Amino acid sequence: MDVPGLLAQLLNGLQYGLLLFLIASGLTLIFGVMGVINLAHGSMFMIGAYLAYAVTAHGGSPWLAVPAAAAAGLLLGAGLETGLFRHFYARQHLDQVLLTFALILLFEEARSLLVGNDFHAVPVPALLDFSVPITAHFSYSAYRFAVIGSCLVLAAALFFWIERTRMGAIIRAAAEQPEMVDVLGIDARRVHVTVFAVGTALALVAGALAAPLYSVYPNMGDGFLIISFVVVVIGGLGSVAGAFWSALMLGLVDTLGTAYAPRLAGLVVYVLMAAALLWRPSGLFGRR
Amino acid sequence: MGKSVQIGLTRRAVLGAGAAMAASVPTRWAIAQPKPLKVGLMLPYSGTFAKLGENITTAIEILIAEKGGKLGGRELQLVKLDDESKPEKAPQNAERLVQRDAVDVLIGTVHSGVQMGIHKVVQDSGTLTIVPNAGNVAVTRQLCAKNVFRTSFTNWQPAYGMGLAAANKGYKKGVWVTWDYAAGTESGAGFKEGFEKAGGQVLPILSLPFPETNFQPLLAQIPGLGVDVVGAFFAGGGAVQFVKDYAAAGLKLPLCGSGFLTEGTLEAQGAAADGVETALHYGDGLDNPKNAAFRKAFKDKAGREADVYAVQGYDAAQLLALGLEAVKGNIEDEANLYKAMRQAKIDSPRGPISMSPAQNITQHIYLRRAQGGENKVVGIAAENLSDPGTGCKLV
Repeated sequence: MDVPGLLAQLLNGLQYGLLLFLIASGLTLIFGVMGVINLAHGSMFMIGAYLAYAVTAHGGSPWLAVPAAAAAGLLLGAGLETGLFRHFYARQHLDQVLLTFALILLFEEARSLLVGNDFHAVPVPALLDFSVPITAHFSYSAYRFAVIGSCLVLAAALFFWIERTRMGAIIRAAAEQPEMVDVLGIDARRVHVTVFAVGTALALVAGALAAPLYSVYPNMGDGFLIISFVVVVIGGLGSVAGAFWSALMLGLVDTLGTAYAPRLAGLVVYVLMAAALLWRPSGLFGRR
Repeated sequence: MGKSVQIGLTRRAVLGAGAAMAASVPTRWAIAQPKPLKVGLMLPYSGTFAKLGENITTAIEILIAEKGGKLGGRELQLVKLDDESKPEKAPQNAERLVQRDAVDVLIGTVHSGVQMGIHKVVQDSGTLTIVPNAGNVAVTRQLCAKNVFRTSFTNWQPAYGMGLAAANKGYKKGVWVTWDYAAGTESGAGFKEGFEKAGGQVLPILSLPFPETNFQPLLAQIPGLGVDVVGAFFAGGGAVQFVKDYAAAGLKLPLCGSGFLTEGTLEAQGAAADGVETALHYGDGLDNPKNAAFRKAFKDKAGREADVYAVQGYDAAQLLALGLEAVKGNIEDEANLYKAMRQAKIDSPRGPISMSPAQNITQHIYLRRAQGGENKVVGIAAENLSDPGTGCKLV
């Protein structure tokens, strides 16, 4: 095994893991606070990526993609929560799963009607369109470094919000003791719509950041959704810190697996999940 | 007819209209003439491959028009069916053309999975079938059938040519990067065979699931492999992303591939593709009169440049025309029809082509270099290359 190659793979794993965290954090927050398993979360990622494609394909600057995705995500999340999800919190999990599965089909069909079923490349901002040599034979694109940086900033902001603000304290309380939040007279509906909007926006931003790295193509959200679920399960349902460490771990394991043990790569991630379920059923950071 | 209309007509137009009416009169009375030959076009007219389906169709129509609207003296009726590139609908769609529309000939299709559906149906029905794109080897290897011909390529062919050319350039050790699906592994096998035939050595394939585009883990391990050349098969958007990622990774190893790596994607790949060498049965700047005439006819009719898919469609129609001419339009005369088609020697826009014993096309595989948005032909990678047709009982 060559050492410089390993360095490059560690960077790849870090970048992939951080992207997974952006998706998984929304998933775990929405589950933690509202108790909803949102299968349509992968569609949110897909919408963010296609939004980046749409912005650049219509002559917009690639720099606009991420702010546009954030704004669209907040609106879409708030809209879905007030229009749909709110009416399903009291229903059974099966109803919720059916609802979110239907949303996947709706969003994919809308994508097919609006943009078609083509595979599209998305340009990186011209300013970041260069590579940094990290070994004699391998360079790393500046855009990938920028993605790593953006994800870290977003993760820090999210932790600050959850751990240090009043809204964050309410969210933590709602995730652990929903009855107490009601008793204290806090407007749960405001908490719900905020969490849903922020979680959705994170997924759209992840999609917009990922679009120049992975291109956009039909059903691109599915693969990311499944691995994000694994992240959430290993990290502990509802735990943002758990999602962070478990996303980094899975990003590294998946990347190193693909590189050094391609036959096992697809399996390793799920073996880890099975192990976590066996020995720590509540996840690494879970309390329930 | 009102007076105002007549004022606008020139004498030439009136004469023309009269001539057209005169020409149409006899056919109304020609009861003894055979009914038109039904040609089913089962191609993608929507979805990712819609443009391929349209280019193939346009090229077929051009050939028919060149022959005066008749092949072997028979009028033609085209029955178009959009296969949407959906394998799950393929058997049903093919069944519909063969049973309900009772087509005499089926031309299709682009997607390999859909091709397998068509193949199952026409193996039973015995309908003459010409494949204008799909390159899965099975159709002209272990599953070959006497009524199925292919005028495009097998996935093996361009990659074999590329392997041969790369090793002949002096490269000693190569690796093939691709998606883990039929076209990827079949092209990988071709590259390995060609490269090793010319004295090189090929490492096990590096692959990722179709259609994922997380190429980084694969690219990052290439410097550690000790290879001196990298070959790849990707197509469409995946090819765009791969070539860009390869360039961004700053690998100092030459990249080559099956022609689809840079086919129809150069604009999106930009400078990242410059210098990438690929092998394919067609390319830019092929200097022969047939190609010039075809490209002009295609541009006049479609308003855009012809591409490799159009050429494959044109040759599907050329092969059909040749067969029907040999039996004077009597498609029931199977023995002579198939014999003529098997022995076909055709002047294609891509150069001389013929049919292999397994009824797949034998053709030159050109070496091309991507430069300034063109896949310039720089030589022949493999002359008159046939697919081995391994396992075909017609061989």
